[in-house]
Amino acid sequence: MTARLFDKVWDRHVVASPEGEPALLYIDLHLVHEVTSPQAFEGLELAGRKVRRPDLTLATMDHDVPTIGLDKPIADPLAAEQIKRLKENCAKFGVTLHALGSIEQGIVHVIGPQLGLTQPGMTVVCGDSHTSTHGAFGALAFGIGTTEVEHVLATQTLRQVKPNAMAVTVEGELPAECTAKDLVLGIIRALGVGGGAGSVIEYRGEAIRSLSMEGRMTVCNMSIEGGARAGMIAPDEVTFAYLEGRKHSPRGTEWERALDDWRSLATDSGAEFDKEIHVDAASLRPTVTWGTNPAQSVSIDDVVPQPSANVTPAAQRSAEQALTYMNLTPGTAIRDISVDAVSIETCTNGRIEDLRAAAAVVRGRKVHAGVRALVVPGSARVKAEAEAEGLDRQFTDAGFEWRSAGCSMCLGMNGDILSPGERSASTSNRNFEGRQGPGGRTHLVSPAVAAATAVAGHFTTPGDL
Amino acid sequence: MTGVQQISGPAVALDRRDVDTDQIIPASWLKLVGRTGFASGLFSAWRADPEFVLNRAGADQAKILLAGANFGCGSSREHAVWALQDFGFQAVVAPSFADIFRTNSISAGLVPAQVSEDGSARLFAALAADPGAEVVVDVAARTVGIPAAGIRESFDLADFAQWRLIEGLDDIALTLRHEASIETFEASRSPLLPAVPQG
Repeated sequence: MTARLFDKVWDRHVVASPEGEPALLYIDLHLVHEVTSPQAFEGLELAGRKVRRPDLTLATMDHDVPTIGLDKPIADPLAAEQIKRLKENCAKFGVTLHALGSIEQGIVHVIGPQLGLTQPGMTVVCGDSHTSTHGAFGALAFGIGTTEVEHVLATQTLRQVKPNAMAVTVEGELPAECTAKDLVLGIIRALGVGGGAGSVIEYRGEAIRSLSMEGRMTVCNMSIEGGARAGMIAPDEVTFAYLEGRKHSPRGTEWERALDDWRSLATDSGAEFDKEIHVDAASLRPTVTWGTNPAQSVSIDDVVPQPSANVTPAAQRSAEQALTYMNLTPGTAIRDISVDAVSIETCTNGRIEDLRAAAAVVRGRKVHAGVRALVVPGSARVKAEAEAEGLDRQFTDAGFEWRSAGCSMCLGMNGDILSPGERSASTSNRNFEGRQGPGGRTHLVSPAVAAATAVAGHFTTPGDL
Repeated sequence: MTGVQQISGPAVALDRRDVDTDQIIPASWLKLVGRTGFASGLFSAWRADPEFVLNRAGADQAKILLAGANFGCGSSREHAVWALQDFGFQAVVAPSFADIFRTNSISAGLVPAQVSEDGSARLFAALAADPGAEVVVDVAARTVGIPAAGIRESFDLADFAQWRLIEGLDDIALTLRHEASIETFEASRSPLLPAVPQG
């Protein structure tokens, strides 16, 4: 019998499948942060329960931490209280915490892989929808709500109805100037914002295999933006090269045994998927979103589309609502749209390769007058690595702000927000209304396009500069 | 959590698809550390518009929200469900739900009633004709109806989810009935798997 990567990982984690109930799935790694955990810890405490496996649980602070002025007390009393609460809960329940100030602190989805804690074949959950990032290693990784966080803390398991398996096959070669971000935006455009609902996506094909681990994380990260439960990529030599020597990776003979196991995870030839879509990588161009969901995007060479180009009346209305919110007129060239702010950051594009790509564009150039530009490394280690390479100076010389690690402007919880009506080019993952602050207008782009746009003051590619 | 058999009362019709959780409860509200106090944050950006459906007379009495497809897409924040409940909603009726939102709803006791596209259109039309009409969501029968308009639509809800909603069950207690299986599973886990250093 043939099996898919997803089945193989699923099957090895089924603890019980009681008649008439969803399966009970074991969780190998539970990542915790300050925003979706306080109610879960409170629930445990009220019921007199413990954290079952503190050794499979890791906490950090990312969502509402300041990324500037870390030497001062946190100014926002609510954020300060939430961060204090996480510290207290971790101390009380014996959970390891990488707190603000630690070299291991950072966005949950950046630190797991960086530490080598995310490995092929594992199940990884977190109270955050971008947990799908970890699927880049061939792990089954997905976001959960706070009640489920409490459930995992108490039992190290989750009840799950087995999702469908969908294949997204990307053949061909990505053109120059196209990155993993452009690829995943193209995939989501093909899939639609809810097209992946109820499914775990396996990304396959030549263009996926050619991506670095960091590029693969960018792709899997945005699976949720197509509505998918999770995204996965079969582990291969690229995966193993990334993992070898990391803090928590197996060593010596254990490394060899782990490799044998990881190599067995790939989807068997001949295995069928519940649904399959194909994307031609060669057809892609640097991509910019124009609307208020991540499926509403076009090539940078294109114009803002007419709502009437949509097939269904509901999609037309959704496009009209998006254009009104974004204050855009159909037919406007994307390159003619000016921006007020540029942010290079997030669990989607805040890793070292992203910062290198952006720095290569801004080196020796200046941020356009009137544009506010910031870089927020995805973790304290990414920040240190970038500084060792001198990237921070390249950014600051160009006029970017150089921040400390956190989610920062991706969701604006720490006070880094757009003013009403301001427009940003962001390397983040969501262009929802008000996502970066009430009335703010967000366009999603790759790090290279974000950097070039900061210099030009309007959407542009590095090649245009 | 208390169980829920049937919900009847006025409804609010929010005729938009892909309503994301950032609209339902903006991130600035996620700093609260309890499960209550989110009502004023519900759809707060859209509520700035006096014409928005939640600002209409009687909306504060509504128990049921009728919405477009892919409701609750985006982030995993269960706060979106708590905000809807805090405002007074006990059920959301839509042609489809985002996966995490659906799970969170069932966890917290908000009924996610998934009706067909056609059924949804009939419910929207009936409410447009009679905005104050009583809507009945019957969890046991898996139907949503507007008796005054003679409409009754069936909705999808998995058996286990239905049972949990009706009984108002604590999921952790249910799972701990399988504790022996969890222990057996743990004893057989690969020693190669990583662990977080303690202390």
